[in-house]
Amino acid sequence: MGDNIFEIQNLSVDVFDMARKPIIGAAPRLEILKDITFNIQHRDVIGIVGGSGSGKSTLGRAMLRLIEPSGGKIVFEGKDITDLNESELRPLRRKFQMIFQDPMSSLNPRHRVAAIIGGPLKLHGFARVDFLIEEALDHVGLPKSFKFRYPHELSGGQRQRIGIARAIAVKPNFILADEIVSGLDVSSQAKILSLLQKLVIDLGLTLAFISHDLSVVRRLSNKIIVLKEGTLIESSLTNKLFETPEHPYTEELLAAIPLPDPGQVWE
Amino acid sequence: MTAFLSIRNLSISLQNGERILRSVNMELARGEVRGLVGESGAGKSMIGKAILGILPRALKIDEGEILFQGKNLLNLNPRELRKEIGANAALIPQDPLTALNPSHRIGRQITNRLVDILGWSKGDAVKRTYDLLDEVRIPDPKRVINSFPHELSGGMRQRILIASAFAAEPKLIIADEPTTALDVTVQKQILNLIGEMQSRHGTTLLFVTHDLGVVSKVCQSLSVLFLGKVIEDTNVFSFFDSPTHPYSKALLAATPKYTDPESDLIPVSEEILNSVKEEVVQLDLEWSNGR
Repeated sequence: MGDNIFEIQNLSVDVFDMARKPIIGAAPRLEILKDITFNIQHRDVIGIVGGSGSGKSTLGRAMLRLIEPSGGKIVFEGKDITDLNESELRPLRRKFQMIFQDPMSSLNPRHRVAAIIGGPLKLHGFARVDFLIEEALDHVGLPKSFKFRYPHELSGGQRQRIGIARAIAVKPNFILADEIVSGLDVSSQAKILSLLQKLVIDLGLTLAFISHDLSVVRRLSNKIIVLKEGTLIESSLTNKLFETPEHPYTEELLAAIPLPDPGQVWE
Repeated sequence: MTAFLSIRNLSISLQNGERILRSVNMELARGEVRGLVGESGAGKSMIGKAILGILPRALKIDEGEILFQGKNLLNLNPRELRKEIGANAALIPQDPLTALNPSHRIGRQITNRLVDILGWSKGDAVKRTYDLLDEVRIPDPKRVINSFPHELSGGMRQRILIASAFAAEPKLIIADEPTTALDVTVQKQILNLIGEMQSRHGTTLLFVTHDLGVVSKVCQSLSVLFLGKVIEDTNVFSFFDSPTHPYSKALLAATPKYTDPESDLIPVSEEILNSVKEEVVQLDLEWSNGR
């Protein structure tokens, strides 16, 4: 126990702020993430929470080296991956996968499900691709016949299952799920969440779960980090965060959740 | 006394005969805030669109009536409808970015409404726009009036749409998932703002959403829609205390509650879905036999 799958040390990301670019000369830098430090241990389910524009998605993508960090260190399974180039990263990419928010735009509309899930499998040199595709479909509770479907033939919840199947098919050690239920209605949302819960246990996944909905995060995660305007303001065990939030912003976030209860006082 | 807005036996279907709404009945009293709840595809938005006369052309109304202040909107020609509904009803749409014209400044988009609908002079309209932006608590209205939509944040854009919905003092507002694109803290501000504006202006509000938490905060009564059929119609307190329809119960059980971490989120079970579907098939059969 205790060994970290991810160690994020003083991670910063900034971009050129084109809105303030002078006519001559370079645009000033705009900081998206400031000095973020946290660890993710094996078998953790960590919730990354914050309002829109707080840098949740940027943090997730920077961790997976999909966005270039401007400072700090990313250590994955004891190996510093901050400065690896794309060909050095390629063999590692299998180990950290991502599930995207909008399944319609993250699944190729011209590919059948078999090609969508099989693509990464072939890329990473797996044998018995067909078998693995069926296994992945089985894990997410879809029949084998779905291999022949196109994304537009599926419902929102089913599409999100395909996104999950693609991520788990290559047997990753870590999965980043970016707002994967925010486009779904409550019933499909409940189905996807219980599926994830089951997969975490069955496959021993380590998961980072980005969401703006604390009710959803509470259900899944054992740890939560809260971001505000690019800074990490609170990092705590899930139950502790809900019982005794330390930062006023966390309290504000909690108070803003509309409970299905007309008696809740909401000022 | 007749209700302010009443929908009677409204049935809508696609050209191929697939039914979207199945004999929907709903009544709104003056000043009432009613939630219209259902999963995606249940037909929630279609009711709002039918009232405003903006149904997609692919849909046809099979039967029923929409009585607005005693007049059946479905019998009116476009000109009468514009007079009846255009001046008296407004929509707060879901996505503020697509609802605002990206190439017009904010000010013009609100003043145009006043000039077109109420026939105000441009000067009066501009003055009223300042007041409205003040009312929805937009800091620095002068800057915002001269901004383009892309220069504002999501919460600000939604405030603009609320201001523009209330601009012509409509008697009825249909809010179609106005906060689903926003994060919780902004959602709270916007919901409070809508509630405040509603009670100050005494507007009747039909609030379309799939979030039961939101309904419990803003609405007095609600209709639950499933497969285009109203399966429960009650006031909020009795709904959240003791929902009667099995589907409503299931929907409540599927709604996350952070205060209760032990409770499992239960998706609506196949059993319940199938029983409602059977009911609907039976209804459709009777319906097609009756024609």
